[in-house]
Amino acid sequence: MQESEIINIINDFLIDEFEVEEEVIQPDANLHESLDLDSLDYVDLIVVIEDKFGFKVQKEDFVDIATFNDFYKYIASKVMEKQA
Amino acid sequence: MRRVVITGIGVYSCIGKNLKEVKESLYQGKSGIGIDDLRTEMGFRSSLTGMLEKPVLKGKLGRRQRIGLAEEGEYAYLATEEALDMAGMEPDFFEKNHVGILYGNDSSAKAVIEAIDTIREKKDTTLLGSGSIFQSMNSTVTMNLATIFGLKGVNFTISGACASGSHSIGMGYLLIRSGLQEQIICGGAQEVNGYAMGSFDGIRAFSTRMETPTKASRPFDKDRDGLVPSGGAATVILESYESAVKRGASILAEVFGYGFSSNGGHISRPDVDGPVRSLSMALEQAKISAKEIDYINAHATSTPAGDGFEAQALDKVFGEHRPWVSSTKSMTGHECWMAGASEIVYSLLMMQNDFIAPNINFETPDDDTAKLNLAVETVNHNIDKFISNSFGFGGTNSSLVIGKFK
Repeated sequence: MQESEIINIINDFLIDEFEVEEEVIQPDANLHESLDLDSLDYVDLIVVIEDKFGFKVQKEDFVDIATFNDFYKYIASKVMEKQA
Repeated sequence: MRRVVITGIGVYSCIGKNLKEVKESLYQGKSGIGIDDLRTEMGFRSSLTGMLEKPVLKGKLGRRQRIGLAEEGEYAYLATEEALDMAGMEPDFFEKNHVGILYGNDSSAKAVIEAIDTIREKKDTTLLGSGSIFQSMNSTVTMNLATIFGLKGVNFTISGACASGSHSIGMGYLLIRSGLQEQIICGGAQEVNGYAMGSFDGIRAFSTRMETPTKASRPFDKDRDGLVPSGGAATVILESYESAVKRGASILAEVFGYGFSSNGGHISRPDVDGPVRSLSMALEQAKISAKEIDYINAHATSTPAGDGFEAQALDKVFGEHRPWVSSTKSMTGHECWMAGASEIVYSLLMMQNDFIAPNINFETPDDDTAKLNLAVETVNHNIDKFISNSFGFGGTNSSLVIGKFK
């Protein structure tokens, strides 16, 4: 899976399932502030990542993710880890 | 004691998605019953059910508000939205007043079963997602609607089997009557899916007249062979007379009496004495005699035993007065936890529009049902006061007397 494909999948579910406005999704914007996520939303983010990419994220992993770009990179690295 | 009035009603059912459609179906005697092929695949004896469109709430409610709503909660939201609109209650009113909610619901089987399937498959409870818990609890409807509408008054669910919706209105009536609450959103909701109905099917509660679905629910008819499950939601806004006047709200009706009882007998087999006591108590509370009732919305679900016992109870209480009787379940099927509330909405629509909806599919009486004055076709008739019965497993009974506000 290419990184561009991963980014598209993530942006699609953020727009469709989390009802995020498309213009809010900017690579350098802060993920947590832009999405205004509460503790329940993180649970749903874990569910959708498992569904789309087939691996389970730990809630603690989100601590090191600041921007959308960080999020894309984190998912991409996990996907590659899985493919290797 | 305060007078308790009704200032708003709303409904989402298999005979219409709003009051206008439902009123038309009631007048026309239109059935909402069909076949659910999924139940046939799951090995049900009967695949008969009320047929409802799945509501689309995206665009109406935000994601967080939607994902906690189970199927019955979606119906309840729409019915409540319609009722609040009629009552003229808006978010600003909820902010400044302690409006309560008491809703009847006695299962959320689909949400529970789907969660268990996920746990078994994934072996990770996080993967249930955050909505599962709020969909799975019996109080799913009240917890979600109280949050969505920002309610600040009494807030809990009433589980009284197939009398849940009726008891919710009865309990709301008591709280307002005693001065503890000014406005309460009452109602009943019922999920419509195979998961919720498998165990009913297993005890052979359902009609198997699958070749003619719209004729399967035939309350009081000699050839009735079981109930047809159905559902949706209905909301009734109760309010103190003083509150309605202060707000300038239109008063649709007054709640005059609530009677309740328990059979103290078999868990599923009904009897005559329990319903007689509940009916008599409702009339006593209303301080009216049996002859003042113009219409009885019967509980009659189309089961061989239940309808016969109810007919005997009605004969015992109303005897020679013989008011008009019909069971709207002939059209809707048995809306279970919702039925006690929806049948108040149906009866109010009849009262507002001067007709008695027909007990469709009644062809031949038996010894018990011959004693009733059944409306087998639509009757154009004034209703000043009506009584509505709801009975449930465990022998729970509820009767409500409602009439025109004068």
